[in-house]
Amino acid sequence: MIARMIQLSESAITVEFGDTIALSTNDLVLAFTAAVDQAGIRGFIEVVPTYRSATLYFDARLTDAGTVMKNMRALTVDTAVSPSRPSTTHTIPVWYGGAAGPDLPDVARQAGLTAEEAGELHASITYRVFMLGFSPGFPYLGIVPAPLATPRLPTPRKQVAAGSVGIAGTQTGVYPQASPGGWRIIGRTPVVLFDLHRPKPFLLAPGDQVRFVAIEEEEFEQLAGDQA
Amino acid sequence: MPTKQPLIHVLHPGLFTTVQDLGRSGYQRFGVSVSGAMDSWALMIGNRLLGNPDGAAGLEITIQGPELLFEQALTIAITGADLSPTDNGLAIPMWTVVAMQAGSRIQFGMRRHGARAYLTVAGGISGPMTLGSLATHVRSGVGGLAGRAVKKWDQLSVGPAAPMAAQSIGRSLPEQFRPRYVASPTVRVMPGPQFDYFTDDAIRLFTSSPYRVTTESDRMGYRLEGAELPHRTSAEIVSEAVCVGSLQVPSNRQPILLMADCQPTGGYAKLATMIGADRSRAAQLAPGDSLSFRIISAQKASELFRSNHAELDRILPPCRS
Repeated sequence: MIARMIQLSESAITVEFGDTIALSTNDLVLAFTAAVDQAGIRGFIEVVPTYRSATLYFDARLTDAGTVMKNMRALTVDTAVSPSRPSTTHTIPVWYGGAAGPDLPDVARQAGLTAEEAGELHASITYRVFMLGFSPGFPYLGIVPAPLATPRLPTPRKQVAAGSVGIAGTQTGVYPQASPGGWRIIGRTPVVLFDLHRPKPFLLAPGDQVRFVAIEEEEFEQLAGDQA
Repeated sequence: MPTKQPLIHVLHPGLFTTVQDLGRSGYQRFGVSVSGAMDSWALMIGNRLLGNPDGAAGLEITIQGPELLFEQALTIAITGADLSPTDNGLAIPMWTVVAMQAGSRIQFGMRRHGARAYLTVAGGISGPMTLGSLATHVRSGVGGLAGRAVKKWDQLSVGPAAPMAAQSIGRSLPEQFRPRYVASPTVRVMPGPQFDYFTDDAIRLFTSSPYRVTTESDRMGYRLEGAELPHRTSAEIVSEAVCVGSLQVPSNRQPILLMADCQPTGGYAKLATMIGADRSRAAQLAPGDSLSFRIISAQKASELFRSNHAELDRILPPCRS
């Protein structure tokens, strides 16, 4: 099941389960992550799940790579009871197109759709949170319906608004904070994905599911106002 | 009567001064960077000299230092880069525990060597923790003082010093153990997860010519410039974890050395990982300086990590918090 283990540093080991972005590979990653979280491995600091691998960080003063690899091989990984069968599904309202989604017309054109149809298609499926990265709370969601898969912008924008929903290849995601970014922006959500003042600062966790629901500009403004 | 927390007033912020500790762990899976001191070794030594826990927060001072006014008497140690610190005009010795009187005015001057100095204080810089740490990550606005660098008229609070702190005055890191920061060091690396993505030529070039630290370098990473490092097929991988010391090579074939503020994940092939024992050397570089690389085994890197820490524990045992 584990395809490869490799030392990333003196105090980190990456465990690979495959080479591609696939739900079944990510299932293994998340199940393995859950098992490592529970295992009480000596020197354990944290484990970071990504699309097709998990990286375990440890205190190299307390243990060594060989021992940690042995610890990890001994784990029983059960995909049936892991958080890869998520109970948490989030509904995220999105204002597609217009000022909120400057790249929606381009994405729609290359898909042979109208902007409205492209928004509907994006909101038509349930996405997996494969991983978080890039910035606090930024989810990498997939897998985007094939017609909508569009490469990143040739030149990243200097500033992308907080809440912007973007597409990069077969991935889709939401920018939790205003930041530079190269994903094609198709809409914006008023939902706040990262807020240090909440008891749970991060809305999403790896393995969660996300449904997008199209809303109009008026509703966006109203929801955004309610949050302020 | 409650005793007031001692305060440090910022009269001038310097070029880029941030509150840093040993970083924020446990949240990388939510996209949060570890951050913390670039030269964690220097910060740790300052803390041990003072009787602080290793992870107490201090000020990371970059190239041009701030001007600070101490409202109360404080015990401090300045480690890392020698930026000519003075107290009311008198030189403050580096790597040494020094008692500062109330009203002391700390300034920095000429950069003698290194790029980042650490001002550690008995009791540590205190404040509200963000996700378990005081480390400042400016890019995401997390930690430190409202997630930003120190600015004029800021006030920094200092936590209660360990009872032993007063006895540490005059304590100094022996000369022979003080790091010698140079502007063109050789750092050792271990093969990275995508070592086999690179041609034999790339590996040879990587270890046979120096790389310049460009002006596009900061706490997140150093964009390096030197011999091009060709990939066998592709520069891109499915995004996965990266760490401090990772040497990513994007399609422009110029390496990026990831540093303390790096994102938890990245999608470029990683040729190598700089070893922990040499992180301090790299952290003390400024744009215009250069780096050479030497490859060693992961096994050797781990041995060096352990022997370095064992030596430090012998010279300066860690303090119980």
